[in-house]
Amino acid sequence: MKAERFAGSDGLAGTTLRINLTTGEIKSSPTDTKLMREWYGGRGVVAKILYDEVPRDADPFGPENLFIVSAGVMSGCFIPAGAKVGFGSISPLTNGHGDSNMGGHLGPALKFAGYDLVIMSGIAPKPTYLFIDDDTVELRDAAQYWGMGSLECEPVMKKDLGEDFEIATIGPSGENGIRFSCITHDFGRQAGWTGQGAVMGSKKLKAIAVRGTGSIKVHDLAKLTEHVSAIIKRTKTHPNMDPWQKYGTAFFIEWSNSNAVIPTRNFQTTHFESIDGISGEALVEKCLITHKACFGCWMNCGKYTKAVLPGKETVYLEGPEYETGSLCGSNLGMTDINQVAYLNWLLDNVGMDTMSGGGVIAFGMECFQRGLITTDDLEGHTLNWGSVEDAEHFVDMIVHRRGIGQHFAGGTKRAAEYIGRGSEKFAMQVKGQEMSGYDGRYAPGMMLAYMTCDIGAHHNRAWTITVDMAEGRETIEGRAKVVIYLQHIRPLFDCWCICRLFWGELDIEPEEIVESLNDITGWNITAADAFKTSEKIWNLVRCQYLERNRADGRTFDYPPARAWEDKIPTGPGAGKGLTFEQVEGMLDDYYACRGWDPKGNPSREVLHDLGLDFAADNLEKIGLLGKPLPNGIPAVRGERYKPKAF
Amino acid sequence: MPIQRIKVVSAKCTGCRLCRQICAISHFGDINPQKAALKIEAHFPQPGVYRPRVCTQCGKCREVCPEGAIYRREDGAYIVVAEKCTNCGLCIPACKPGVIFQHSEVPYVIICDNCFKCTELCNTGAITIHTAPVKEGA
Repeated sequence: MKAERFAGSDGLAGTTLRINLTTGEIKSSPTDTKLMREWYGGRGVVAKILYDEVPRDADPFGPENLFIVSAGVMSGCFIPAGAKVGFGSISPLTNGHGDSNMGGHLGPALKFAGYDLVIMSGIAPKPTYLFIDDDTVELRDAAQYWGMGSLECEPVMKKDLGEDFEIATIGPSGENGIRFSCITHDFGRQAGWTGQGAVMGSKKLKAIAVRGTGSIKVHDLAKLTEHVSAIIKRTKTHPNMDPWQKYGTAFFIEWSNSNAVIPTRNFQTTHFESIDGISGEALVEKCLITHKACFGCWMNCGKYTKAVLPGKETVYLEGPEYETGSLCGSNLGMTDINQVAYLNWLLDNVGMDTMSGGGVIAFGMECFQRGLITTDDLEGHTLNWGSVEDAEHFVDMIVHRRGIGQHFAGGTKRAAEYIGRGSEKFAMQVKGQEMSGYDGRYAPGMMLAYMTCDIGAHHNRAWTITVDMAEGRETIEGRAKVVIYLQHIRPLFDCWCICRLFWGELDIEPEEIVESLNDITGWNITAADAFKTSEKIWNLVRCQYLERNRADGRTFDYPPARAWEDKIPTGPGAGKGLTFEQVEGMLDDYYACRGWDPKGNPSREVLHDLGLDFAADNLEKIGLLGKPLPNGIPAVRGERYKPKAF
Repeated sequence: MPIQRIKVVSAKCTGCRLCRQICAISHFGDINPQKAALKIEAHFPQPGVYRPRVCTQCGKCREVCPEGAIYRREDGAYIVVAEKCTNCGLCIPACKPGVIFQHSEVPYVIICDNCFKCTELCNTGAITIHTAPVKEGA
């Protein structure tokens, strides 16, 4: 069908699509510019729509959950790394607000086709894909693609539709409702957190294919071009540019090992004896085919590679970047970069997030190490550290929900609930979302970042390890303020749908990015305005979580007991670790700095200050509104911190 | 004056398409890579390589143009005279690298005019300015 498209301006493409997958109805409307302005597009708008429209008791896999695709206000707009597309829905992993984003070319393509937001509800009666070719918008039969691996499906769809279509797919993992499934695009870019691929699968939505030939209008193109060209030319000689282009985030594998934060064998220790085998240098030397960039990015962190393992077919993939390199590398005891790359390909192709997936496999391996699961549970196989074959078989059991695999299909938290016998202690997750590739026991700010992250234990919202190193790795003092600052600035990039990596790595100040935002949108805001809006989004997501999960916020904010019961046993961090008192102390500090009460519930004062009285009313109705704060809310929530990249 | 054109080293291209963005912005005041006068072919999943396609200044477009709307400037660039071009598209199949484009919002064919804005932003050296003496009879 032909969709009516509306003129866009100031960075917006102009049109919002609402698609009922159950009935097949497709409606287009002008993008709500007020909503985009107040909630900053991307993650913020997704948070507001999910809060307003999804019933609190809706099943994440049910028809009432929405699946939202957003291209934000900056994606595609000649801005460094302006390549992101965001996905959002209630997360099947955490049962709270879920969002995830990825680079590549899909976000810009959506904008070039004329669309800012695609909001999907319902469940398609049969496997379906969304086809968008400028003003042609159709739900098409995906029977021929259902069951295909993500990496296998993309080239087939390109052949069928045209090489210039941008395509995002899920794999069998998402189709089968594995809760940590991802969405894959551009032969190796993923939106992996919070199980967005599983939500797509629950809606029988195999893929999204987009081609756009239109233009994006911005507020002041001359100024934007001047500013952006200056940023690009200036940063070409930044000292971090060369290692970044050469290794991408895999550069940090060795760094994390030297600094006692790399998760090793399910976060048992933070030092991997075979780090040289899986380092960034090993990746470039043994696997690299070409450097690969997202749309408009001059940093090309992507590494397109191949994995060659004896007895296996040579496979092609993008990665492993840092997170996969650590979580499917040292965290699984893999000693050779080709092993890590192969697992990266395997998980990408089945459509399983390599971060959560690495965490889930590692949890299984530790259960096997401790005799909590045995070969009887594994169809006669072992599940040993460092074995690709064991990991591959275990993944197959999970994806196809065979035997014990079905209990791991819900992620680490649910697997630990099934296995019990003390395994909860080393189920490395918070709120159901597996931890990223940094151990926080000798980096207390990082642990607090995991504990308080609004989507579960993810580093995306705050990463503090250089702060911990600079300010003392055994003290918790001052960490809450820094975590909050980072929780305000980092998600802004997800709102605007641009990559945040150039901010941290190339010393580009938030003010300079906001200047470009103003060139695009004409909003004329300051960095301080942006931080406050980000705080508003943060608090709304917290309210959503409390309203859906119905208990004091503090009860959800604890890491697994390994965080304080086990000291780091080996390496430069040997003997270091947190105490339970430090964990409690960080939470106390954090809530006080946020203007939440000691139970971790937002107070009316702070919600009112952020324009969220409606959320305060909702919390009050269920008895979860924070108690009034005796000294009022803090004037500044979050302390400005200038990140140090290396 | 010496002629100039874009030199390509495919192995260095990362597929970011900044070149296509700045090309369209410079010539049409539009953020729309579809209006660019060069393209990046992506060959994935195998062998995994990007191939920038740019004007090689072979002159075939001028040869086949029935309107005489294309001429060669002294720096080597083939320039489309917008007022003369009827957008018939005969030059498109004649273009070996496939870098002459039409766009529904542009009433004439889009051909590289040697502005080299693309090379200024390329951060990997995949496209640079190549300078060579003018060939006789060019």
